[in-house]
Amino acid sequence: MILVEKTLDSGQEPMGPTKGVDAARPQKAESIWKDVWYSLSHNGPAMASLVFIGLVVLIAVVTAIAPGVLPYDPYEQDLTQSFAAPSATHWFGCDQQGRDILARMMVGAQVSLTVGVISVALSLVVGVTLGAIAGYKGGKADTAIMRLMDIMLAVPSILLAITFMAALGKGIDKAVIAIGLVSIPEYARIVRSQVLSVKANDYVSAARVIGDSDAKIIFRHILPNVAPSIIVRATLGISGAILDAAALGFLGLGVQPPQAEWGDMLGRGRDYIFQAPHVMIFPGLAITLTVLAFNLLGDGIRDAFDPKSRRR
Amino acid sequence: MLRYVIKRVLQAIPVLLGLSIVVFLIMRVFSADPASVVLGEHATQEQMQAWREANGLTASIVVQYLNFLGSALRGDLGTSYYTHTSVTTEIMSRFPATVELAIVAIIVASVLGIVLGVLAAVHKGSFVDGLSTFVALVGVSMPIFWSGVLMIILFAGTLHVLPSGGRIDPLLAPVGGTGLFILDTLLSGDFEALGNALQHIVLPALALSLYSMAIITRMTRSSMLETLGEDYVRTARAKGLPKGSVDRHHALRNAMLPVTTVIGLQFGSLLGGALLTETVFAWPGIGKYVVDSILKSDFPVVQGTVLLIGVIFVVINLIVDIVYAYLDPRIKYSQEEG
Repeated sequence: MILVEKTLDSGQEPMGPTKGVDAARPQKAESIWKDVWYSLSHNGPAMASLVFIGLVVLIAVVTAIAPGVLPYDPYEQDLTQSFAAPSATHWFGCDQQGRDILARMMVGAQVSLTVGVISVALSLVVGVTLGAIAGYKGGKADTAIMRLMDIMLAVPSILLAITFMAALGKGIDKAVIAIGLVSIPEYARIVRSQVLSVKANDYVSAARVIGDSDAKIIFRHILPNVAPSIIVRATLGISGAILDAAALGFLGLGVQPPQAEWGDMLGRGRDYIFQAPHVMIFPGLAITLTVLAFNLLGDGIRDAFDPKSRRR
Repeated sequence: MLRYVIKRVLQAIPVLLGLSIVVFLIMRVFSADPASVVLGEHATQEQMQAWREANGLTASIVVQYLNFLGSALRGDLGTSYYTHTSVTTEIMSRFPATVELAIVAIIVASVLGIVLGVLAAVHKGSFVDGLSTFVALVGVSMPIFWSGVLMIILFAGTLHVLPSGGRIDPLLAPVGGTGLFILDTLLSGDFEALGNALQHIVLPALALSLYSMAIITRMTRSSMLETLGEDYVRTARAKGLPKGSVDRHHALRNAMLPVTTVIGLQFGSLLGGALLTETVFAWPGIGKYVVDSILKSDFPVVQGTVLLIGVIFVVINLIVDIVYAYLDPRIKYSQEEG
């Protein structure tokens, strides 16, 4: 942690009293990111995962910009192809309405990735801010914020998410809010504990002495030093968000028809489990592989940031 | 120890109170007007107002909350908007099914997770280690509902060896008792019903246990590896004790401390997973009940069930903390100093 905290704040303005000493900082900072990338690039499963995620992102972006590249119209029904098995013409087969499953999965990638990224961004912004305030300010603010977090952690996250959905109503935008809200406590807890240890350092006291505001100290001096923990948690958080979104979709609380989403496709195939198992198998495989990729990448980033693991 | 227990119990009270406020606010403030949800868009204003009055929704929000809290403390969680039955009664009739599923799942997850984790640590770098890492990774990455579906396709659809859903053959269901079918049939000596109940619970319990098993495997492996590197383990080996004996009596015993905590916490989170598992396997527990109620916007049921699961979750965490402090006195003392 110490290694990271001394070198990660590359983009920062060097603090007054240590200006001369910090002249060498950008070089050091560059070396830590280089070290992290070096370690990550030598981690086979993490790199394979990065390539896989890149591919899924590419599919999501390309199908959003140019839907013409899709093998079939994902919304066009063809009842003559109802439950068609996988074949050379329909690689992953067709669903009940005769819609091509591969095309729907490609479009569904847009929804799953969007939900994953936006909900994590939401919980990240709110959780990091609350955790930083709680850890830095301490006292009543800390007690109030952390008790609220304890309350949110007192219910399994998926149950809390569907409770929000029950109140907010069905829809993917609401799913993003629900999933984002329930993950806030995890980020708040991580950041608070990190801030508590970082704020005791001399450079924070120095910033305070030269008159930096609390906000400036938190955002420019403390948060960059807790970045590694946040990056690791956020990467793993995306996999959790994709799973939660799929669960909401499976329960019928996610996207509205005819929009395609992996969890929703799985849920709608439930009644035809023996008649047409491929309707459920392929979307489930897409969820599992994407979540697995984010988990492996998160593990790889964590190892890359860990000096002990880098030395191994 | 008693001081620590009292302190932890007192700390749990504001969390539970806060939980009741949060659940109440989500349901009553952020949700749509239940009158329009239940009566439909064609209901007149008068009909909706009468319905609100009949359901105690015209009082101020504070009064409504206090009424809700007072009733909840007396064990009354309200009445379903649709079936007009008591939510407490409905939950209690389904609760044993969920508890039974969660208990079997946690036993499966603990046994398989500990065995895999220990084998992986003792044979670090071997095929078993690789297999345990793979199982752990797949376990945390596979959605419960998908693993459940795959099991149904394989064991019920293809091999025809296990049922695809339900809890027991209705003709064999035990009457009365604890509501835990495995226990009831065992106590009454009805082995045909016991076998049937076990057949029905295998797939949902296995699907539900996968995620927890992955977490327990990872925790056991890392905890065991840490313990195997301790001085007292080296000393025991240096004294010439057999490897198996050192692994079991010196390393495993100490490595189990953090694993116990994880198992306790996982039992709580299984209740969340039960929502999805019960839906896939048509398991008649509170998970399926709450999901069905959410789809119908039956707010009192959702509110009551979430509150109950929250209470159970908090109580389980409390028990885990106390058991852990009992097993490892350092926790208790550091808390008291803090």
